Amino acid sequence: MENIIEVKNLKKVFKNFIAVDDIGFTVAKGEIFAFLGPNGAGKTTTIKMLTTLLRPTSGSIRINGFDTLNDQDGVRRSFGIVFQDQSVDEELTAQENMLFHAGLYGLAKKESREKIAQLLEFVGLADRKDELVKRFSGGMKRRLEIARGLIHEPKILFLDEPTLGLDPQTRNRMWEHIMSLNKEKQMTVFLTTHYIEEAEKMASRVAIIDRGKILVLDSVEKIRNTYDSQSLEEAFLKITGHDIRQESADSLDRMRKFKKR
Amino acid sequence: MNTIYILWLRQITRYRRSRARMLTSLTQPLMFFLAFGFGFGSVYQKAGGGDYIQFLAPGIIAMTVMTSAVLSGIDLIWDKQFGFLKETLVAPVSRTTIMFGRTLGAATVSFFQGFLVFVFTVIIGFRPENYLLIPLAFLFMILIAFLFTALGTAIASVVSDMHAFPLVMNFLVMPLFFLSGALFPLHDLPLALKILNRIDPLTYGVDGMRYFLINISSFSPVLDLAVLLVFIFFIMTIGVALFRRIEV
Repeated sequence: MENIIEVKNLKKVFKNFIAVDDIGFTVAKGEIFAFLGPNGAGKTTTIKMLTTLLRPTSGSIRINGFDTLNDQDGVRRSFGIVFQDQSVDEELTAQENMLFHAGLYGLAKKESREKIAQLLEFVGLADRKDELVKRFSGGMKRRLEIARGLIHEPKILFLDEPTLGLDPQTRNRMWEHIMSLNKEKQMTVFLTTHYIEEAEKMASRVAIIDRGKILVLDSVEKIRNTYDSQSLEEAFLKITGHDIRQESADSLDRMRKFKKR
Repeated sequence: MNTIYILWLRQITRYRRSRARMLTSLTQPLMFFLAFGFGFGSVYQKAGGGDYIQFLAPGIIAMTVMTSAVLSGIDLIWDKQFGFLKETLVAPVSRTTIMFGRTLGAATVSFFQGFLVFVFTVIIGFRPENYLLIPLAFLFMILIAFLFTALGTAIASVVSDMHAFPLVMNFLVMPLFFLSGALFPLHDLPLALKILNRIDPLTYGVDGMRYFLINISSFSPVLDLAVLLVFIFFIMTIGVALFRRIEV
């Protein structure tokens, strides 16, 4: 099978620590690949490098055949992403956020309007499309971001903790839709999540990463067997230990800090 | 092209929605105009300078455009802090295009702010010499808007803290304004002031506007135009370089 993501010797060093330490893996076209790890393991840093937001210190990444350093536009056209922290414009309406995205990806107006209507319908925001996003709840914003990431029909969908703060109904609906895109259009899904049972259910293969290194990379079943566990979560804890980790502040924490000052 | 339009449209839409911002950013120039205009008016006239309101109006309009343009950098910091910038940075659009689209949007807004102040000064009593030349004065406002939006964006690309912007206001915007001759005529300045005045790009913007609005100027409008274009080119180049380095 053809590999749509190829990562070799990837390393990212920040001033005082090594966030990602010489990792390599491949993801096949049409696969659902989960990246699991405790807080601060290097998941988000890796996604940022895969999506051209961050330059690796060393190593190489190919996405859909394009190099992330030399052919950024090719890479960027190939994927959609739902970020871990919020990335919608709150001063715009849901519809305007969607149109902005379609415009940036150079989609034809008529075509994108239909697509946007469909997607907003699917995430249950069709009747509130003309409302300012700042009036939306966290879950609604998240749904909007998911819909937005799918407008340009990406070959790969990156989901960085996509279901954080979603109720089970929305979560199920979201996964149904993503699974159907995965089956019908061979859309590859690259996922990080804290809900390990979610990864267990959805992912064909799982990488467990901690302190910047990939500790295990295999199918869910094999990991369970190797670590003699009933569930993936049990195996996960056996592999990464029970210590509690720190994570860097996300934009919401920063916003809180702002207000206090 | 379409991408630039969409980036521009976003800035305009946000501006239309924030009437409070529109009003607060207009009060300062209006206070300057009223206080200085009427406060110093009689002294200025006695010194043989003529009507100070006429002299001051172009300077205050230029100040409005510049302030609004530099402060548009705050939008970029905001986008950086609260995530929206990521959405634009993962799109298949070059950083240069993003920078250009944003600059165009913010420059339009700044020009419009200046236009509002222009209308206000006319209501108060400012009388342009020749109404046919007003579009040329607007051209200079647009150049000022571009120059200082690019400067604001360049600054915002390197600082990540919104608290830095009041500093920018105090140590950059205000000196540029006071040194530009927006408030006083440029002849017979002490040497030090003269040198600072000549390296301040706003000087040439104000001078060009005065030429077309009240037919008074220290330099030729062609020189004003040339200096502004050179400044725009340089600051745009630096701005793009800094903007491209942003990682989120």
